[in-house]
Amino acid sequence: MSDGATAQPETALSLEGALPELAAVAWRPRVDEAALERIDRRWTRWTVGQEVPFLLIAGGLPWLSPVLGILSAAALGFAWFIPHLYANRGAGVVAPPRPWGAARGEAPAADAEERALGLLGDLVGHEARATLAETGFVLERGRFGVWLLGPAGALLVRGGGRRVQCYCVHATGEPLPRADRIAHLLLALRADESGFATVSNLSFSGARWRVRRCLDPRARSAFDAATAIAARS
Amino acid sequence: MSRLIRLDRTGHTEIAEWNVDGAGVEHARAAFAAELDHGYFAVAPGPDGGAEQVHELPLDAELVVLRRPIAGG
Repeated sequence: MSDGATAQPETALSLEGALPELAAVAWRPRVDEAALERIDRRWTRWTVGQEVPFLLIAGGLPWLSPVLGILSAAALGFAWFIPHLYANRGAGVVAPPRPWGAARGEAPAADAEERALGLLGDLVGHEARATLAETGFVLERGRFGVWLLGPAGALLVRGGGRRVQCYCVHATGEPLPRADRIAHLLLALRADESGFATVSNLSFSGARWRVRRCLDPRARSAFDAATAIAARS
Repeated sequence: MSRLIRLDRTGHTEIAEWNVDGAGVEHARAAFAAELDHGYFAVAPGPDGGAEQVHELPLDAELVVLRRPIAGG
C-alpha cells in the first residue's frame, strides 16, 4: 500500500505563502487534519485486513490436525512479518542515506558539512538543537504533530505519540551536505506544513512501536524525543 | 545587516548583504531575481520559528534563504 498523502480538497486553506512545489503535484488535494485521520484509519484497516486471515489460519489449522501445526506457525510468521515489512519501509525514510555522488567524487566536502550544520543549528530552537547535536535529526512541532526530519524523509508523530506517519521527501538537484538537506525540509515545513505533507510521499502509517524497532539507534533516540514531545502536547 | 544566502554543496554561500537604509539593496534584489531564475525558491525564516515563502526580496528580513525545490519519492 503506497500513496501520496491524499485528502479531500480543503477550500478554506489559503494559497498565500503556499509551497511552489505544489504545482508539481496539482492533482493531489491539500492535506489537512481530517485527511491525516483518514489516512490513519485506512492504514489500520489495511493492516487488520492482512493480519486477520493469517491469524485465523494459524488458530484453525491445529484444530483440523495437529500435524498442520507447522503451517500454523508459518501463518503466524506471515502475520508478523508482512506488517513489519511495511513498517521497515516507513522507517527507511530516515535511514542513513547513501553518500550521494560519492562514487563519482561529487559528495560534499567535510567542511561543507560543518558549515551546513552551523546554519541548521541557527535555524532550530534550543531543544531541537540538543537533539540535532546528539542524533543528527531535527525535531519540529507542527500543527499536525511532531516532525522528525532527516535528510531524505520525515516522520510525523501523532495521536499523543501513539501513531506515526512516514514521509519520503528530499531536496532535488546537486548533492548537498546532510544538514543542508534537512534545512531544505525544515524551511519548507515551516513555510507551509500542509503543503509539505501534500508534496511528500506517504510510505507508512501505523503504530509507533512498529516503526521504532526498525530504526537505527540514533534515529530511535530522536524518535523517542519526538514521541515524548507529542505525548506532552 | 540583512543577508541573502543560498543552500548549496558548500554548506551555504552568501549571495548578498544589504541594509534597510538602502546600502546594497539593488545588488541584493538583482542577485535574488537571478537565483529565482535559476530555479531556487526563497524563504524568510522568522524570529518566532516560522518561515515565509517569498517571491520578492523582503528588505526588513534579517535572513533570506534560497533553497532547491523539494519532492516526494
